[in-house]
Amino acid sequence: MLYLDANATEPVRPEARAAALAAMETLGNPSSTHAAGRAARKLLEEARDAVARACHARPADIVFTAGATEANALALHALGEGRTILTGATEHDSIRAAAPHAVPVPVRTDGTLDLDALAALLEMHPDPLVCLMAANNETGVLNDIEAAGRLCTAHGALLHVDAVQAVGRCNQNWLALGATSFALSGHKFGGTMGAGALITRPGQELRPLMRGGGQELGRRGGTPPLPAIAALAAALGAGYDGAKIAKYRDEMEAACVAAGGVVMGAGAPRLPNTLCVALPGRRADAQLIALDMAGIAVSAGAACSSGKVTASHVLAAMGAGELAGQAIRVSLPWNVAPDAMPEFSTAYAAMAKRGLRAGAASA
Amino acid sequence: MKVVVAMSGGVDSSVVAGLMAREGHEVIGVTLQLYDHGAAVGRKGACCAGQDIHDAKRVADRLGIAHYVIDSEARFRQSVISAFADSYADGQTPVPCIACNQHLKFGDLLEMARDLGADAMATGHYVRRFEGPEGAEMHKAVDDSRDQSWFLFATTRAQLEFCRFPLGGFASKAEVRAIAAEMGLAVAEKADSQDICFVPSGTYAGIVEKYRPEALAPGEVVAEDGRVLGAHQGIARYTIGQAKRLPDAAAHMVVKRIEPGTRRIVVGPRGVQSREVRLRGVNWLTDPRELRAGVKLRARDTLHPARVVPEGEGAVLYLDEPALAAPGQAAVFYDGTRVLGGGFIV
Repeated sequence: MLYLDANATEPVRPEARAAALAAMETLGNPSSTHAAGRAARKLLEEARDAVARACHARPADIVFTAGATEANALALHALGEGRTILTGATEHDSIRAAAPHAVPVPVRTDGTLDLDALAALLEMHPDPLVCLMAANNETGVLNDIEAAGRLCTAHGALLHVDAVQAVGRCNQNWLALGATSFALSGHKFGGTMGAGALITRPGQELRPLMRGGGQELGRRGGTPPLPAIAALAAALGAGYDGAKIAKYRDEMEAACVAAGGVVMGAGAPRLPNTLCVALPGRRADAQLIALDMAGIAVSAGAACSSGKVTASHVLAAMGAGELAGQAIRVSLPWNVAPDAMPEFSTAYAAMAKRGLRAGAASA
Repeated sequence: MKVVVAMSGGVDSSVVAGLMAREGHEVIGVTLQLYDHGAAVGRKGACCAGQDIHDAKRVADRLGIAHYVIDSEARFRQSVISAFADSYADGQTPVPCIACNQHLKFGDLLEMARDLGADAMATGHYVRRFEGPEGAEMHKAVDDSRDQSWFLFATTRAQLEFCRFPLGGFASKAEVRAIAAEMGLAVAEKADSQDICFVPSGTYAGIVEKYRPEALAPGEVVAEDGRVLGAHQGIARYTIGQAKRLPDAAAHMVVKRIEPGTRRIVVGPRGVQSREVRLRGVNWLTDPRELRAGVKLRARDTLHPARVVPEGEGAVLYLDEPALAAPGQAAVFYDGTRVLGGGFIV
């Protein structure tokens, strides 16, 4: 199988696997006072230190969570209290579902945030919480967090950045760019599923979603998932050859375009690994099935837990019209092999050609 | 052979997938998501998919076959639910399962199966398919109580060529359940599905009210001479030949006619049978010609001997003995166990 669905989950990094296994060999709960507890706590705090270094934050300002959905929910819950919430129109469901009454900030047709619209909304709504994704999960389009951060700072707004797809692929000093907080998820950069983090500017207080036993300095109750946290920290330290991956992606993109594909967000700065491409007139789910049968794993739109593929709200917000239901997402993993390009391109071209024949037959 | 199996999550189509896999075919399970389950049961926050899709995925995993869920909500709403409401508003008694088979299962899904390069599509319907001198023939199931041929009359000859119905030869549902248990499928003991899947509560009035509220507006119940006998709460609640829900003044009478324009229900003495029945949308599973056949006028019906005369896209039935024919229902012609064709009663 050729795995090109890294934005769903990246393959686990060898460093992360080793760290998780080592953590599993470590007896003890980090909250316990005995020697075993101290050993576990040491692992936890070393992981926190490593994350802090990689993310330009203080260890004390890192709250480990079960993943990014929880980290985003915690940010909205703690920072959004009593504030109007402004969210980008192409945010992930973990933001949309946690802030159902948010004021949407429109995006341009290339998928980037409309900063003029953000400025106008900041004039209208005093002291809001603004939630923006650093990189879109479906298109890979990068938002100009620096510019958004400047606007938010100038208007006294808080800014939460959903950095899930960006961390590990195009790291930035999010706090220095003006973020009040940002969220990340271990398995999106080669850790294991089960751990994420909310990282805040120094001293930011957070009212917990779950009080529990007061772990994470009272900001997140519950025993921390030590193996997943160790894996997260180890994966953050692993290298990422963005230039090489972008080169493969660009080659696949050229092959898709040659076969009749339309690239979404083509003009915008994008993640190096992500390609969102529509095949006009072909349902996205039919494309997924055809490629899966050819042994290639890609995805499309917002997949419900049922596996049903619906038209993408991201592409709809970009004004893609019909193409919103006809686009697939190809996302290259960190360990993509050179022969992935020809294999994918051949399968894609064959699929596109079959569609032409079927279209001609029914016309 | 590469076979697409239409999997509903029920025991029948699960066993079909298992049988096809056991025969060594490359099996691709596909489940059509027809409606938002959460909305249908009126439970906010319930998953759009519901238990059936979950069950279909589990069966596919157990069998080790690929499985996909296709979003057919928009198509189902338009071709089945909305057409169902329209039919009632038009004073008819629709059969939504036929529309669903025609447009979704043997229409869109079959097209998708062809697109995917499949050699055949198999379903869990209880009918049999034989190769005959004219090509594929459709026959009633061995188990008469399970026979679904009446619901499948609109399957075209080209569609029939492509389809397989492995359950038609089974003597009983118990046998099918036994195979499911033997294959270790969790759905072996699952209850049979309901009559109309998108009306979980069994009251279709809510659907009609949403799409065609005028069909639930009150009107008059009148005798054939025009005398008003009472009131009714919507023509959609009536079908030809019905004796229930009539005012006291119409006791012992039955519905003879439904007039959507004036919203009047016309009643008369029992005996609304006719000898001549006109059909539209006739599908022939043999070469169209005048022929004698046994005709089923509703899902559970005996065969009425008749002469069938093609007429353009439709046909006229001349029944040997008068019978009750409700507009909107199907009339299906049989030669013994073989389905020769059928159409919708006008």
